[in-house]
Amino acid sequence: MKEKHYYSALARNMTLIIILVSVTPLILIAGMIGYYFETSYQEKVMEHLKEVVEKHQQHINSFLDEKLSCIKVLADSYPFDELNDDAFLANKLVILQNAYMDAFVDLGVVNSAGVQIAYAGSLKLLRADYSKAEWFHEAIKRDYYLSDVFLGLRSTPHCIVSVKKRRGDSEWLLRATIDFVAFNSLVEGIHIGETGSAVIINSAGELQTRPRNEPAPSIIEMSSRTLWGRRGGKNAEPVASSVEEIKRMSSGSNIVSGIIKAQNKNIIFILMPLKSGEWTLAYQQDQDDAFSKMNHARTIVVSIFVFGCLTIMLAALFVSRKLVSQIEKADVEKEIMNEQVIEAGKLALIGELAAGIAHEINNPVAIMVEEAGWLEDLLEEGDFEESQNLEEFKRSLKQISVQGVRCKEITHKLLSFARKTDPVHRDIQVNEIIEEILSICEQHSRFNNIRIQTDLDEHLPQISASPTEMQQVFMNLINNAIDAMGSGGGLLEIRSGVDGHNVVVDISDTGHGIPKGVMTRMFDPFFTTKPVGKGTGLGLSICYGIIRKLGGNLTVDSTVGLGTTFHVHIPIHAETA
Amino acid sequence: MGIEILIVDDEVEFAEAFAERLRLRGFTAGIAHSGEQALRIVDEGAVKIMVLDLKMPGMDGLEVLRRVKRSHPLVEVIILSGHGSEVDEAYGRQLGAFSYLRKPADIGDVLEAVKRAEKLLASQA
Repeated sequence: MKEKHYYSALARNMTLIIILVSVTPLILIAGMIGYYFETSYQEKVMEHLKEVVEKHQQHINSFLDEKLSCIKVLADSYPFDELNDDAFLANKLVILQNAYMDAFVDLGVVNSAGVQIAYAGSLKLLRADYSKAEWFHEAIKRDYYLSDVFLGLRSTPHCIVSVKKRRGDSEWLLRATIDFVAFNSLVEGIHIGETGSAVIINSAGELQTRPRNEPAPSIIEMSSRTLWGRRGGKNAEPVASSVEEIKRMSSGSNIVSGIIKAQNKNIIFILMPLKSGEWTLAYQQDQDDAFSKMNHARTIVVSIFVFGCLTIMLAALFVSRKLVSQIEKADVEKEIMNEQVIEAGKLALIGELAAGIAHEINNPVAIMVEEAGWLEDLLEEGDFEESQNLEEFKRSLKQISVQGVRCKEITHKLLSFARKTDPVHRDIQVNEIIEEILSICEQHSRFNNIRIQTDLDEHLPQISASPTEMQQVFMNLINNAIDAMGSGGGLLEIRSGVDGHNVVVDISDTGHGIPKGVMTRMFDPFFTTKPVGKGTGLGLSICYGIIRKLGGNLTVDSTVGLGTTFHVHIPIHAETA
Repeated sequence: MGIEILIVDDEVEFAEAFAERLRLRGFTAGIAHSGEQALRIVDEGAVKIMVLDLKMPGMDGLEVLRRVKRSHPLVEVIILSGHGSEVDEAYGRQLGAFSYLRKPADIGDVLEAVKRAEKLLASQA
């Protein structure tokens, strides 16, 4: 019998192979599809975000350009003298406010000294001195100027659009204040998902609009340091070195986008230039938010994958266990079959051997008997009548003849037994088989002081079976019975009879009996209570197998200490029944 | 003096002892130690009953039986063998053997068979 760990190793290997073969393609497919899907989805999302941001960039740029051109038109259309009149300005302001939904807060004319010489608007800023204001210094240098957002004199955030004009030697500015709220709403309109928001940042890193969500400092830093082609470079030069958390980044002439890690989360950012690169429109969104659908899909896929793997593992475990147990069973059955064949072969061999020996013994015994007979004949002739030992001679010669006949009986029993070593089924008389086996076992049992009592039904019908197999069955059962009684002696009783459609043979001994624990396992192959080397543990299982094969049954009654009875039920051959 | 009973057996001692015992009982007995020898003696014409062993070197008993029955159908053959199986017995009887005995056989059994054969021969004559 193969070792237990052979089967567990077999089961383990099978499980592993099944798991490997099923899970590997699953992992590969899931990995590949997942990777490509994720990459393309992320690209798609980024593209979409870029598009949205770009649209707003254009919108903001055109908003600013529009405001600037309004002022330019105003400055170009009217001479200084006309503009330098509060009432005229107020008139124009109303027109502009009507046209642009209150985007313009006020209008004013500032002379080269920085003093507002004409003003229209809600605030009292006539004669206001801008000579110290930063925007004035910048504005006076250029033809057109759009300032950063600042608090200024009025202490509310605003920005200024100005156009420089020349009158004679002096220069003057037409300036307008753009309402922060109107401007801010442009940027606030960029609102995607939960966390997507935009902000405008100037080159000093100051926020130009009120952000909906506080932008990450590293994005502000990056925005302020990004040079939008200002130094002659074609592409924007994002400052990557200072921001170590950048995970991915791409840059074009008009756009920088990527993902950075900040505040313990991944943030997508898109930077675009505004106002010819002086400002940066920075859009940011949490990656988890932007890719929420993908993450959701990934969660589902991963759960399906994990569930699938678990199912495969369980199935592999179950299937291989089942298979291996079948293999184990088949192996045991094969083993029994082998053993049965070997046993039958052994019996056949013993039969042949016995037949050969019987043949060889018969001849010398015949001669001995014949010679003894000859001597008897001679004594009868009366030549030795005077001898006082005549009677003794006669008795002795008679004894030789009698023992010769006994030899003959033994050899003929052996021959008869040997002739029945035949695996082919034919009609047999169970009584004959039992008698043959008893004649062989007689000597053995007499040694052990065992009396044998038979009660065989003379009218027992025949059964169809292989004589060899029947020999095996009764040989095993009778030998077991004799062994059970040991050398202490006892009574072996064999009864045959008919019960319904079965021939029933009861084999009883007065041996030590079979304990309850053994009873349940006694027909199991390889189970033996005999010492190592004495029994294979196959005898009863082979008997059981043979009888079950014939459609019969083998049962047992046993009382510990009193004895055991085996009941053999074999169906009566249909034709003779 | 003709041979009435021919004992055919390759075991010389057996054949001689047996022949001697028959002679003692008033029969005319001869011996052959092989099948070929037995057939020659039968051809001489004096044999009435043959006691035949089956297993012999050379021609075996059944072959001898077959030939004798073909050439001298009136000779009765009693098979006396230590090797006899039921198959042999059935085959021997089919070939026309008068009786079938197993070695070692009691002289009484053999004599009885011989006497029955003689009676049969007498009734046929």
